[in-house]
This record gives sequence, structure tokens and C-alpha cells, in this order.
Amino acid sequence: MSGVSAKKEAPAAGSSSRPEPDWAAVRADFPALRQSVRGKPLVYLDNAATSQKPQVVIDALRQYYEQHNANIHRGVHWLSEQATIAYEGVRKKVARFINAPDPRECVFVRGATEGINLVAQTFGRKRIGKGDEIVLSTLEHHSNIVPWQLLCEETGAKIRVIPMNDAGELLMDEYAKLLSPKTKLVAVTHVSNALGTITPIKRIASMAKAAGATVLVDGAQAVPHQPVDVRDIGADFYIFSGHKMCAPTGIGVAWAPLALWNSLPPWQGGGDMISTVSFEKSTWAEVPAKFEAGTPNIEGVVGLGAAIDYLSAICMDRIAAREKILLQAMEAAILRVSGARLVGTAKEKAGVASFVIEGIHPHDIGTIADREGLALRTGHHCAQPVMTRLGLPATARASVAFYNTLEEAAALEAALRKVVEVFGG
Amino acid sequence: MSDLTDLYGEVILDHCKKPRNFRLIPDATHKASGANPLCGDHIQVYLKLDGDKIADIGFLGNGCAISRAAASIMTQELIGKTKLEAEELFRKYHAMVTRDMGKPYEGEDLGKLAIFAGVAEFPVRVKCATLSWHAMEAALKGGATTVSTE
Repeated sequence: MSGVSAKKEAPAAGSSSRPEPDWAAVRADFPALRQSVRGKPLVYLDNAATSQKPQVVIDALRQYYEQHNANIHRGVHWLSEQATIAYEGVRKKVARFINAPDPRECVFVRGATEGINLVAQTFGRKRIGKGDEIVLSTLEHHSNIVPWQLLCEETGAKIRVIPMNDAGELLMDEYAKLLSPKTKLVAVTHVSNALGTITPIKRIASMAKAAGATVLVDGAQAVPHQPVDVRDIGADFYIFSGHKMCAPTGIGVAWAPLALWNSLPPWQGGGDMISTVSFEKSTWAEVPAKFEAGTPNIEGVVGLGAAIDYLSAICMDRIAAREKILLQAMEAAILRVSGARLVGTAKEKAGVASFVIEGIHPHDIGTIADREGLALRTGHHCAQPVMTRLGLPATARASVAFYNTLEEAAALEAALRKVVEVFGG
Repeated sequence: MSDLTDLYGEVILDHCKKPRNFRLIPDATHKASGANPLCGDHIQVYLKLDGDKIADIGFLGNGCAISRAAASIMTQELIGKTKLEAEELFRKYHAMVTRDMGKPYEGEDLGKLAIFAGVAEFPVRVKCATLSWHAMEAALKGGATTVSTE
């Protein structure tokens, strides 16, 4: 039984020509959601950390190992050919999903973190030097801060930070002031994992380009929740993880135009990324192989392909609309609890309801909610600068995916009432 | 055993809301910070030793109910104890909160500290219950001035 008809070639991500799916049937595609936790039905609201996986993705991994497992790109035998076809076929799916002009532009990496490190170690080392500036935003996840700090230590470049307002929106006037001929790179998130803010990424990119800077977009929280068109955004690098979009862990994508990739040195050395090797000199393989040294995560790629088919069959526009309704319901549920307030109230938000309850530490909220079967995230969400800016040590976070339900918003409200009750509120 | 009231009992909530010895000791002879980066908890422990004896102890900081209550009760329990006694008490307390899940506590009666026995049923909260103790130990050893539970 599947809520989504498994079609081999799904239409482009943004297409909304499909009818509204039966969301209850869609939910039934996710075996992990059928569990009870501590005697209560599992209410999974930690989707910004990682998504659950539909049966078709789980089946794809199994089928890969049962029928197609071999190493890619080197065997002359039939099985290796099958594995290579599967692997490279997913590259085409990825390109279509994010509207990349050429599949070769999509480099497979372990996840968004590795993708950003790849850019820091190749583009960064080659193009950023002493006195140059890298512009980040207050909203960044640590994975889009630390690789640049490491680069700055090495090169003597400096980090500048786009500030935000109390709602969690970036201050575009301040951003404009940061841009100068010294700005070599602007690296900004598309959607904040801590607050859910959708940044005005097209404007951020065009302003950076006008200043002569290269633009990297951390799309880890965007690609799972809305149609993403890398050509429309106008960034130079667009990076995302598979595991937040129904694919397995350990797989992600770093996209850049072919000419940009071609201009960069390789990152890791090894098999698959070379053209010829001698002890005097080796020559590099063409992109994307140049950046995919060693035997890659083939099963992860296969799983990513199945996830893209699955999401595309539902349609990303439908997913975005569904999640908007769910997020509003979660936010309303939180606000009905006495002493609770939302943290992050940007006009444009996706998927994330961060909140605090007066006088109760988020960690205690998380533990008590867990006893009610709810999976919430508590802490700084790997975005300490956001917490520092807001003067909070931590928040609790409910993050939705399309398979959540309105009943789960009611369960969230009940659990938070229980939290307040335990604390004698 | 894993009922919420094991963790959020009356005494723990009382100490969370009204932490005892929640103050800086300006003439502390020993002090250290403790951090739990995962939840953003941060605590400073101040000790004033008179010879080998803990004459005064206080703490400041920011944390969840468990870490605040643990710090508060720790300060009450340690006043008047020697360095050695404090370290020994931490060893026993640590063994109590880190025992295997589902196993009743069969060790020595730790008096007021026994209310933390239920923490063992919540493994992710062990760090909260021991943060202030780790900081206290670091302060006494005088080595690290900042300890982390990560």
C-alpha cells in the first residue's frame, strides 16, 4: 500500500498539476511512524534534524543490494554496469529536481556539511586570501560557519556577519553595507534550521553577484520542503543533504555550474577522481568524478533517487502548502499554552516552530514531551550565534514534515500543557 | 520506575525554582565553570576552603531543572565536608545516577541525594545531574577551570 504511485519518471519538482494527495495514505508509507513510544503513539516533530523514510526508499536500498550491488565506473562486467547506470541515473534525477542545467554539475557528497567543506577546501583555498572577506549570516548552522573559520585561520581572510532582527529576519540594509570589493564569498542559508526563516535568497545572491562575490547557499532545510530552482536563485554553489528529504543518511549534493567546478582543484585524492597516475604526476578526471574520490556511497545515491521520485510524485508545491498548514497549526498549539512564546516569527517561514515556555528550561520541555511520545529537539540547534543574538541559552523546536497531522498539533498542545502542569503552572 | 515524578519530584522542582546558595563567593579559593554544550547549560561553582574543609560553596548559571536542582542540593550537602569526603561523595553519586537502566539502586543511602536516583532512567539527563559535580571536582583539583560534559 502506498500513498504515492511509484512512477519511474516523476514530473519536475515545481509542477502542481497533480491532485491533492491522500495525506493519510502518504503517512502510511512511513513504517517508523506506526510505532508507539512509551505506550503513546509516536509524534515525530524532529524533521529538521532528519526525516523519516518511506517504504519505497527502504525497498530501493534492499533491492540495490539484492540485485545491483557492484562497484561503479570500473567493472566491465554486467553487474558493475547496472550499478553505474543506477548511480548516474540518480544524478540526472537530482539535476532535474533542482533544475540544474547539466547533471555533471551535481557532485555527490556525504551531506551538506561535507559539501560546504569541499567548497571551503577547493574554492576557498584557491580564491580567498589574506584581507579578503567572507560574508555569513547570523542564521547559519555551525556547518556553514566553522569551515570558513578554519579557512580564515589558514588564509588570514575575515568573516563578516549579516545581522538579523528579533523576528529572525536578516537585515538587508546592513547586508548591503557589508559588501565591498573585499567580499569574495557570501555563504548564506536558504532556510534557518533553528528559526525556520526563509531568507530572501535571490536578492542576497544578486546583491553579492553585483559586488563581484561568489555565492554559496546552504539548502539543507530548503530542498526537503519547497521547490528549489538553482538557476532561478542565481547562486554559484547550492548544497543540500539527502537525509532530511526522505533519503538515507550519508548522502548529499553540492551543485555548481560546470565552468566553476572545472576551475577548481580537486579535494580528496584517490581512485575514480584521476585520469592518469604516475609517480611524477597525475591528471584529474572530469567533473563530477574529480570531486568523488574513492568508492562512493552508492546505496545512498540509490536511496536519494528513490526519495526524489517519491517527493516528486507528491509534488513539492503540494508539500510546501501542506507543511504551511501544519506549521500554522503547531504554532497555534504552542501559543495556546500559558507562558509559551514562539522564537522566530519571520514573515516567510518553513517547517520550524521554535519556542520557549516562561520559567521552564527547553531541556525539561523535551524530556516531559518525550514521555508523551513526542520527539522534539531542544538546545541550540547547532546555531549558537542565533541563540546568542536572541539572548537565549536554548529553545525547544517542533519541526514538521508533510506526513505530520493536525491531530499531532493537538498532541503537542496536550504535551506542553503537561509540561506546565509538572512545573506547577 | 520511569515515571516523570521520579525526575520532576517536589524537592527537585523546589530547588529549581528557589536554588540554594545561588550566589557568587567573592573570596572563593577555588572555582570552575561547567558547560553542557548540547543543551546550552552553563554553571560556575565557587568554593571557599578553610584548610581542607569546604567552609562555603555557591553556584551561578543557567540550566535545566535537573542541573539547577543538582547544583543547589550539592552545595547543601558539601558544606562542612573535607575535599576527600566531597570527592568520595561524588564517586558514589555518580555511580548511582549512571547505573544500568531498570536496575534499582542498591548502594549506600546517600540521604538527600537519593532523590536523583531516578535520573538513571533518563540517560540523556545524566549530564545535567552531574554538571555541577564535575565543575566542583575540577575546582578542587585546581586543574581545569572549565569542564565540559561533552
